[in-house]
Amino acid sequence: MALNGLNLKVPKGSLYGLLGPNGAGKSTALRIICTLLDPDSGYVEVAGNNALIDEKETRRKLGYVAQEVAIDKILTGRELLQLQGDLYHLNKNDKKKRIEELIHRLEMHEWIDRRCGSFSGGMKRRLDLASGLLHEPELLILDEPTVGLDIESRSVIWGLLKELRDNETTILLSSHYLEEVDELADEMAIIDKGKVIASGKPEDLKQALGGDRVTLRVREFSNKLEAESVRKLIKNINGVSNVVVNKKQGYSLNFLVRSNDVISNLSDHLSKENFEVFALSHSRPSLDDVYLQATGKTLMDAELELAGKRDFKLENKKSMR
Amino acid sequence: MTTTNPSNHQEQLSRNDFTEMLQETSALTWRLFIQLIRRPSTLFAGILQPLIWLLLFAALFSKAPIDFLPGSSSYGEFLGAGLIVFTAFSGALNAGLPVMFDREFGFLNRLLVAPLSSRSSIVISSVIYITTISLLQSFAIMATSALLGYGWPSLGGLLLIAITLLLLIFAITGLSLGLAFVLPGHIELIAIIFIANLPVLFASTALAPISFMPQWLGWIASINPLTFAIEPIRMAYHNSVDLKSVLINAPYGEVNGYSCLAILFILTVGLFFLIRPLLNRKLA
Repeated sequence: MALNGLNLKVPKGSLYGLLGPNGAGKSTALRIICTLLDPDSGYVEVAGNNALIDEKETRRKLGYVAQEVAIDKILTGRELLQLQGDLYHLNKNDKKKRIEELIHRLEMHEWIDRRCGSFSGGMKRRLDLASGLLHEPELLILDEPTVGLDIESRSVIWGLLKELRDNETTILLSSHYLEEVDELADEMAIIDKGKVIASGKPEDLKQALGGDRVTLRVREFSNKLEAESVRKLIKNINGVSNVVVNKKQGYSLNFLVRSNDVISNLSDHLSKENFEVFALSHSRPSLDDVYLQATGKTLMDAELELAGKRDFKLENKKSMR
Repeated sequence: MTTTNPSNHQEQLSRNDFTEMLQETSALTWRLFIQLIRRPSTLFAGILQPLIWLLLFAALFSKAPIDFLPGSSSYGEFLGAGLIVFTAFSGALNAGLPVMFDREFGFLNRLLVAPLSSRSSIVISSVIYITTISLLQSFAIMATSALLGYGWPSLGGLLLIAITLLLLIFAITGLSLGLAFVLPGHIELIAIIFIANLPVLFASTALAPISFMPQWLGWIASINPLTFAIEPIRMAYHNSVDLKSVLINAPYGEVNGYSCLAILFILTVGLFFLIRPLLNRKLA
């Protein structure tokens, strides 16, 4: 089951981020919203339309930029945009005007008249984004828009997304890049195993953790027994909360501290019980910490865990109509 | 206060739908033609292969007794009709390939996310493209045959050839598009095209008449759709277009020109109804 009771509400005029590891169900959710997949059950509304019934009107209102860039290698970039304009029934003048605007905005003028087959990943992605924006959709859906991109292309895309966000275009963006969601999203949801495990404004989610993040390792390679002993010890220290043993990172301990003083106390407590401090890092809470707090593992660990379980051949087959 | 007549409104909607469908279908068809213009090798290969056959087979059997070739003065003349049909058949059989590649590379999803007036536009554009290409290739074979001295049909004959080829192209294009949505990938589709192409040709009256075949092959040839397309075209080359005349002396009885066209028509309509639910489901 790709999704399991997923519930999302994207406020109008906001950029909403979906964060989760690959295989968490983000793309499936987006494909359902885009009318490419039918859910087994549930309800999808896009800009006032029931997307499961009035599919055509829904398609008119949304722009979709898929994770896999699907362009025709033989066409030039401009020809692809013209085709896109015709598929969305733009009239000749509007089509021409919008294409020129997007070529300018996405800095594509130098290569737009070349065949798409010669484009780099970043060029293809920019062209794909232009296609999604051509008909000025009410909702723009972006599935991992910057995955594998060079810095220049990522910067151009981020710039455009910020501009669209500031102009109150509603955007639903999926990503497994923490910094992307943190930088761009007004609101966000973290998805794990097909359901939302946390949602809200990125800053609120981080603040809700209640303090700074500390990662402690008492030895380079600790074990479960030792980690549990340390956990029992530090969870009772005043100002320490949310202690999690991270098995994937050599049984390190992740927890929150209310203030810097707590860290000094921590060292004293550990010394008294004959525990050494092999490594200790202290940072402001990140979205990864939010994820860690909710699932007991980091986003990277979840990625690695899911990567081994995924059947890409089967997924590819399922994505074909 | 202004009032809107519901029937006028409905009419306006239908007109918009039609205009939109025209816009999307012509854009999708143009895309296929741009691909062809920039990669014309498939067009030329589709013409060259039957031409080589025409030259080689006509030379190979040039000394064969022409008594066994009903109504033909040379083997080249006999072969021409078969190769015209074979060209159209091969072209139409490849119709599913661009769709299959669109499925595999995700381009089809781009089309399916768009608010197409009708998703039939995707199929119609493929049919228009393949029909044009197949007719163009067939015309090239006809022109070469004429240059080699194997004759040119009358106006009535040309009309009969066009109708026959269109029926065959529509049927085989429908079949190929259906396969493109059923099969898992282009390797499997190409395998089927390879397997089907030559056996279907050899098991027809393209290269030899039924009377020249062993009985079992004669049976197969006389139910082969290619035979029902080849024989009317062969007749069209004789400058005596009489659809009442018997064109196939099949083991199960005689088949005239009308019956040949009727069988092709039934095949086309039958395949259309067979494939339509599949296309509706896949493009839903």
